Amino acid sequence: MDGSVLIVGASVAGVGVLNELRRLGFNGQITLVDSDPEYPYDRPPLSKSVLTGDPSIDGVLLHQRPHYDGLKAKIIRASSAIRLDGERREVELDSGARISADFIVIATGSRARPFLADGAQGLVLTLRSYCDAMRLRALLQPRISVAIVGGGFIGAEVASSVRAIGADATIIERDPLPLERVLGTTVARRVASLHEAAGVVQVCDTGVERIRQMLSGRQYLELANGTSIEADVVVAGLGNIPNVEWAAGSGVEIDNGIFCDGSGRTRMPGIYAAGDVARWQSHDGGHARRHEHWTAAREQARIVAHAIAGAEPEKAWGAFLPYFWSDLHGRRLQALGRTSGIDDVRLAFENPDKGSFLYEYYEAGNLAGVAGIGVAGKITRYNHVLTDVGEGARTKIEETVN
Amino acid sequence: MKIQIDKARCIAAGQCVLQAPKVFDQDEEDGIVILLNDNPTEDLWESTRMAARLCPSEAITIIED
Repeated sequence: MDGSVLIVGASVAGVGVLNELRRLGFNGQITLVDSDPEYPYDRPPLSKSVLTGDPSIDGVLLHQRPHYDGLKAKIIRASSAIRLDGERREVELDSGARISADFIVIATGSRARPFLADGAQGLVLTLRSYCDAMRLRALLQPRISVAIVGGGFIGAEVASSVRAIGADATIIERDPLPLERVLGTTVARRVASLHEAAGVVQVCDTGVERIRQMLSGRQYLELANGTSIEADVVVAGLGNIPNVEWAAGSGVEIDNGIFCDGSGRTRMPGIYAAGDVARWQSHDGGHARRHEHWTAAREQARIVAHAIAGAEPEKAWGAFLPYFWSDLHGRRLQALGRTSGIDDVRLAFENPDKGSFLYEYYEAGNLAGVAGIGVAGKITRYNHVLTDVGEGARTKIEETVN
Repeated sequence: MKIQIDKARCIAAGQCVLQAPKVFDQDEEDGIVILLNDNPTEDLWESTRMAARLCPSEAITIIED
């Protein structure tokens, strides 16, 4: 297997494609290009240990440097792709360099959605890159107060880290309950109680209208509900926007991400997409969407590498169960399968002494997913069950269609 | 076959336990991998290799003899 592969974006998805291609015996030239000045690193620690513990880049690198030499990969750092020519399969970098390849993998990820409230510019931090995390870390000190705009996973983990270093944390959430859309009301309430017990203040059902810097240097946040909050540091965690602009006009379909099939193929031959930037077609004919989770990026990378190498993946996209985890106040939250938009949620296990619990999510009477805290060993055991349910449901769909 | 695990990389997805329960276990609460057998017998090699391939965080290294 040879030919050349250019991977644009070197995070979990991009580096995953490289590793998997080499594992499959692909011996052509592989180049990774990324706008970040650092060697490829892992993002989950950025809102956790990088804020509270060891901040060294070595601790978060996906691989140490010799790994890339060993795989004979060329890594171009601190270089942004600014244009993609889909016909010629050529990428132009901000340095002016042009790189063409037999295969191009779009893995440019996403960037933090900016917080656009009146006065917010320059006063509100976001958290996406290692540099962002170091900037936030430098400002965090015991006893200061931190306002966190958005109660999603980044917001929740930042709040947890802020409490861990002994500072005050206030989450401001637009919805009535943080994480309700992702985990449903029952489990979102349990997470809210966990925050509460850890001393995180949650101000819900309102947004920030305006931010002003006070003479003291602190920031004054006016909320839509007429109240206000003062904080030393303001962080926004409002989700991410896919980095697709550079690929405009290339012929690949762009609509809230790079549109591709269940193998990561875009409509331009030889051009694939994986990770946060990619909007993968669902295996069951469902809605194509971006799967902004670490394991999804990893799985997509694996599948794209197989497609490029002309091999059959051990596990197709349809066999992939959504999985994510989050570390909150020293506890591990995990979810496996589908948990979003499901109302039939049943308590399957609880240990009040340890604060552990596990909920099952049912859709039309069928188990669709599980979520819990401090129950990792139990969640694993659902893997087979959920996979079987998925296959059963697919068989039914096929029977109906035929 | 020798096996090494990297607990710092492990993300507690539990794939290894599903593939090779005689070789890998995980912490009941945080899910981090526990190596039960760093030198498995030949009948466990195939499932152990599969565990390493499916590990989402590449936390399992297999050193083939």
